[in-house]
Amino acid sequence: MAQQVAARRRPGPWRLAGRRLARNRVAIVAAGVFLAIVLACTLGAPLWADHVAHHGPDDQNIQGTVQVDGKAVPVVGLDGTPIGPGWHGPYLLGADANGRDLFVRLLYGGRTSLIVGLGAAVVCLALALALALPAAYFGGAVDSVISRLLDLIWSFPVYLLAVALATSLAIGGFHAGPISVGAGSLWLPVSVIAVVFVPYVARPLRGELLALRRAEFVEAAVAHGAGPLRVMVGELLPNIASSALVFFTLIVANNILTEAALSYLGVGVSLLTPSWGNIIQQGFSSIVTAPALTVAPGIAILLTVVSLNVLGDGLRDALDPHASSRTSFDERAV
Amino acid sequence: MLSFVARRLAGLVAVLLAISVLVFVVFNVIPGGDPALRLAGRHPTQDNIRQIRKDWGFDRPIYVQYGDTMTRLFLKRDLISYQDQTPVLPTIERGIPATMSLAIGAALIWTVLGVGIGVLSGIRQGRLADRVLTVVSMLGISTPIFWLGAVLLYLLTFRFRDSPFFSWIPSGGYVPLTKDPVQWAAHLALPWLVLSVVSIGFYSRVVRSSLIETRSADYVRTARALGLSPRRVLLRHTLRTSLIPVVTLFGLDFGAAVGGTVILVEPIFGLQGVGQYAQESVAHLDLPPLMALTLYGAFFVVLFNALVDIAYRVLDPRIRVG
Repeated sequence: MAQQVAARRRPGPWRLAGRRLARNRVAIVAAGVFLAIVLACTLGAPLWADHVAHHGPDDQNIQGTVQVDGKAVPVVGLDGTPIGPGWHGPYLLGADANGRDLFVRLLYGGRTSLIVGLGAAVVCLALALALALPAAYFGGAVDSVISRLLDLIWSFPVYLLAVALATSLAIGGFHAGPISVGAGSLWLPVSVIAVVFVPYVARPLRGELLALRRAEFVEAAVAHGAGPLRVMVGELLPNIASSALVFFTLIVANNILTEAALSYLGVGVSLLTPSWGNIIQQGFSSIVTAPALTVAPGIAILLTVVSLNVLGDGLRDALDPHASSRTSFDERAV
Repeated sequence: MLSFVARRLAGLVAVLLAISVLVFVVFNVIPGGDPALRLAGRHPTQDNIRQIRKDWGFDRPIYVQYGDTMTRLFLKRDLISYQDQTPVLPTIERGIPATMSLAIGAALIWTVLGVGIGVLSGIRQGRLADRVLTVVSMLGISTPIFWLGAVLLYLLTFRFRDSPFFSWIPSGGYVPLTKDPVQWAAHLALPWLVLSVVSIGFYSRVVRSSLIETRSADYVRTARALGLSPRRVLLRHTLRTSLIPVVTLFGLDFGAAVGGTVILVEPIFGLQGVGQYAQESVAHLDLPPLMALTLYGAFFVVLFNALVDIAYRVLDPRIRVG
């Protein structure tokens, strides 16, 4: 009886990890920063646009003026130079050449970048698990086929493969049977980024699963008559959940960078939708007259990616204290 | 060992063949847009399209098209781009000196700085220097490099142009090494830095953690117990093992840099290399050069993967046994 009570009081692995994470101040700050960015881009964007800036992300204002220190300053000057950053409610970070409010665009663009980053991470992780679980469970021919497939994708330089896929899809969208995705859809960058990074997640997960496959608890489950699906989902999956969580955080960071790179090259998010990558791409040409258009979205990306990477490191240390020195996603040596 | 090298190289050829098929499929089967439609311009007639299909061979079976494309690309060297109808392979070859100059220089920088920062951080673990360097490498791996390039170029060649420190930095372009070595280096200094930033971050993180792990290994303790000086233990025993992951990373990263990442750096600095050609082809949605460039990129990645495997066997005898 006493033993049972003791067992009940002992915190589970997730709770222990949570406590370790809570003690890691840097990781908590990073989590706070990321949360603040997410809130600003989701809830903050419409609030700011409606109540402070009084215009949306796509509203042009070439002839309007803003009150600065009691004087009316044109949003876009006669020579085409837009207003720069300053303490005025509308155009906090200045405007672009079309008189669109950079700060409002940054908030709405962040939405797009976060959706692409998170969406691609979900798809990528799902694909990686769908490949790694059967590869490790069945082994043999199944494993060989899946591993060769991963090797093949791995053989491409990441950016070039993403660009190649995105370009060939950008022309006409993707149409296969019931699935039909238009050329301007957000699904295109999401799926391209997800596919490109699958091997970087699936290979290490497969390695972990292979070790688990021969564990006694898996044999016990098989002996109890559990089928393949039950073993994969019920026994193997929970045991790699912590790795998957760490990977997830790190690939979101990575995906946001990739979205920016693809949009910079013109094959990421459609130009009609603001995203951090798009805003940089559109700001490039006027970096001399309006540097804020390039600098601000870059800093937004940097801040988001750093906070996610630091959080990912913290999660890894918290979930696997013995392997604090082990390295995973970014360090492809594994 | 020789038979291993031979097997590995044979595998390389097989992978490249598979890749070429995959690339061909990606570019010729997936696109919803018919290539003939793209070639025909804005208002094509049915006859126009039919004629283009016949001229370019789009009406033949896909495997015939594959064989034909590969022959034209590599053997006849007359595969031309849709955009300006210039031959693809010679254009790539013209860009290789600039791209190689960029990639090799950047690789030197990231190896030296990455390993240096990692070792310093590792031996000063937990101290101030380690914390500062950890932040630096974290920033390195989190930077969008094309953005960094554009901002640096703006700051150093425009905003602070008059500062004596930066006045030597040219605003872009490429000067061949054979023409003027000093100008060659001056034009590449910023691109080298920008291309190496991410890898400096990666390497220092890997080396740091690998060093910390190796330092507590039994054989390192034994070496200390035998009375070897800390310096000798670090140089001869600890570092040797903890640098093995760097070999893998280097192979992957160099392949990826030559074969892909240059696409993000070259256009910013106007280096006119393979990466800029790729970027221009993307901008025009020009498929033949992109197909060739993807093959070119994959070639380098696969080649360096194979070289890494071979180097590993030389460096780490345990792998040979196992």
